[in-house]
Amino acid sequence: MAVAESHMDQGFTFSKLWRDKRYRGVLMQILVIAGLFAFVTFIVHNAIENLAALGKTFGFAFLNTPASYDINQAFIEYDSRSSHFRAGLVGIINTGVVAVCGIVLATILGFLFGVLRLSNNWLVSRLVYCYVEFTRNVPVLVQILLWYGIIVNSLPTPKVAAADHGIWDVIFLSNRGLYIPAPVFGDGTWLAGIALVIAIAFAIFFKIWAKKTQDATGKIYPVFTINLAVIIGLPLLAFAAMGFPLTWEIPELKGFNFKGGAVLKPEFTALWLALSLYTAAFIAEIVRAGIQAVSHGQTEASYALGLKPSWTLRLVVIPQALRVIVPPLTSQYLNLTKNSSLAIAIGYMDIVATIGGITLNQTGKEMECVIIVMAIYLAFSLMISLFMNWYNKHIALVER
Amino acid sequence: MTDISQDKSALQDDHGPDYAPGTHPSLPPPSSSVGPIHWIRVNLFSSIPNILLTILAVWVLWATIPGLLNWALFDAAFQGDSRSDCRAVAEGACWAFISSRFGQFIYGFYPVELRWRVDLAAIGLVMALVPLLFDKVPYRRFGLYFAAAYPFIAYFLLMGGLGLEPVETSKFGGFMLTMVIGVTGIAVSLPIGIVLALGRRSDMPIVRVLCVVFIEFIRGVPLITLLFVASTMLNYFLPPGTTFDLLLRVLIMVVLFASAYLAEVVRGGLQAIPKGQTEAADALGLTYWKAMRLVILPQALKISIPGIVNTFIGLFKDTTLVIIIGLLDPLGIGKAALADAKWQGLAAEVYIFIAILFFICCFGMSRYSLYLENKLHTGHKR
Repeated sequence: MAVAESHMDQGFTFSKLWRDKRYRGVLMQILVIAGLFAFVTFIVHNAIENLAALGKTFGFAFLNTPASYDINQAFIEYDSRSSHFRAGLVGIINTGVVAVCGIVLATILGFLFGVLRLSNNWLVSRLVYCYVEFTRNVPVLVQILLWYGIIVNSLPTPKVAAADHGIWDVIFLSNRGLYIPAPVFGDGTWLAGIALVIAIAFAIFFKIWAKKTQDATGKIYPVFTINLAVIIGLPLLAFAAMGFPLTWEIPELKGFNFKGGAVLKPEFTALWLALSLYTAAFIAEIVRAGIQAVSHGQTEASYALGLKPSWTLRLVVIPQALRVIVPPLTSQYLNLTKNSSLAIAIGYMDIVATIGGITLNQTGKEMECVIIVMAIYLAFSLMISLFMNWYNKHIALVER
Repeated sequence: MTDISQDKSALQDDHGPDYAPGTHPSLPPPSSSVGPIHWIRVNLFSSIPNILLTILAVWVLWATIPGLLNWALFDAAFQGDSRSDCRAVAEGACWAFISSRFGQFIYGFYPVELRWRVDLAAIGLVMALVPLLFDKVPYRRFGLYFAAAYPFIAYFLLMGGLGLEPVETSKFGGFMLTMVIGVTGIAVSLPIGIVLALGRRSDMPIVRVLCVVFIEFIRGVPLITLLFVASTMLNYFLPPGTTFDLLLRVLIMVVLFASAYLAEVVRGGLQAIPKGQTEAADALGLTYWKAMRLVILPQALKISIPGIVNTFIGLFKDTTLVIIIGLLDPLGIGKAALADAKWQGLAAEVYIFIAILFFICCFGMSRYSLYLENKLHTGHKR
């Protein structure tokens, strides 16, 4: 002890800078900061000089100038006279739409395939294995282009599709997209809306009440069935009371394409299918690993307690499997969102294609556009990971 | 003893031969519990849901396989000079398109008379990889020396110099470009990823924060935006007047991207190593780098092999994104070829061909990872 102290007391000598762990750490960090500072100064200086040489300025004023290009899928009002900012907004919404749709479909398919992969049925589990291996090992960009190529080249033109009468003359599948009748809600739909809100409120209340009753008395109510009936039944009843104020807008062939109705554009469909199928293969593997991670003893113990198989699955296996599944699932959702940026390859107008593509080329504001796109993706990623972290905490094992 | 056996032998005619306890020869199992019939019964028809699944699976196979085989093989055209030639012969796939552009798909626009250099580089790659990947190879020592020298050999073979005719990187393309980006990316990103992972777990707060910010930033944005940076923005950050090869810029971005993902994989491995290992290494008086090199990293890397290989596979697949900024990898060649009026509308053939190309490489990598996992699994096997 005394030796160590006297050693410490010797004071600072120059050689301690690299001999002593503590001083070395400080020195290293100072060097790193200095290096970083020099690097940032260097590139900022270069950027300023380069921009000056090209006669460009750095700024986001261009966002207010008219975009003067068309976007084929816009969920908010947009025409070619709208500003670049609005074009970007359309792009963000399009990215969001394809990401959400993709996540929903990929999750459903992924869980389905993951469970089928574990099936006792040899044929089914082999089939799913082939699907998973083939989809996982082919670049998603190739899959997007393949789906798009198949849709555009192999499906009939609108004229042929209309001549074939589609499905009962109301649903048409052509290389311009899938056209389906669009619902047009008349007056009185508001009552159904109110009924839906009431039904949901009732469902939540009933679930809490049923749990309390079960805790107190042990009596079990079929909560799920009753809630489902209420949530579907009540709005339907209200709707019927108002005399079904609903008409359908049916797509019709006008000129070279269908008019009216709702449409799934080929670009969206190809991107959606390819992203979902690709991500579903990864999710299937995650789900399989998660279910296999729950030891068989858990199932056996649950049977020994007299739980029926569906309860065993719902109350014992799935909650434990989810703990293993959720963290990697999060990164798959993030990957899907980021992969949606490949939309630019087939002309789906997402944020990369609008701000990072056409706007960038039109205005020549490379730096600003790329910064905007990156910031938006960072925000998307952060939002998804925050939500999934919250969900993960919600289902995590509660320990002492 | 004899009495009993005689007694029993009297009954022999009725009940067959009799045996002392434990001496009965094994009977063959009942025919319903062995053989293909039993296998089918257990694996395909064990319960009603199982039977339904089997019917569903057979229906899926019946609906897809014959049509696919007809299209791809039996009703396909393998020769011809245009799409109409193909259609004249057969209704299915037009593989003549692929064979007519096969050279471009593999070599891009690399000068035809110099393609032997690419072939040589490819043979060299195999010769360098085999001793690296498998440890029971004769003369492995020399193989490893060769592998260490290979990057320089490949550089001069592909780019020219040292008496070889120089070739510009803008001529690189096709599958060769994929290999150049993929192999360079894999080789360079692994060490950077390890350093980043160590930095993220460092005791020095500034180093740690820098590594976290870098990793999370790169993982938060899509590769495509980084490639946009490479193609449009990077020139702004360089001293005025410098030009910078586009392929090199792309390579830098791909390496940065892959190394951030690798860092997270390696960090997972590092976290799984008990603290006692670091403490024991410290107690032995090892320096930080020695402790990492001799004690921590061998264990951490071993358990993160599946993740590392998955990242490599991801990197290899992501090389296709370079078409968005105008480099001509197989996908770029295919898209350019599809614009040819002679061959319009053959998207499926092109993309399926490219898909198979990538599938072979990526599936091979994942199988190798399984092999390596089994080989390095020195713990207690269950």
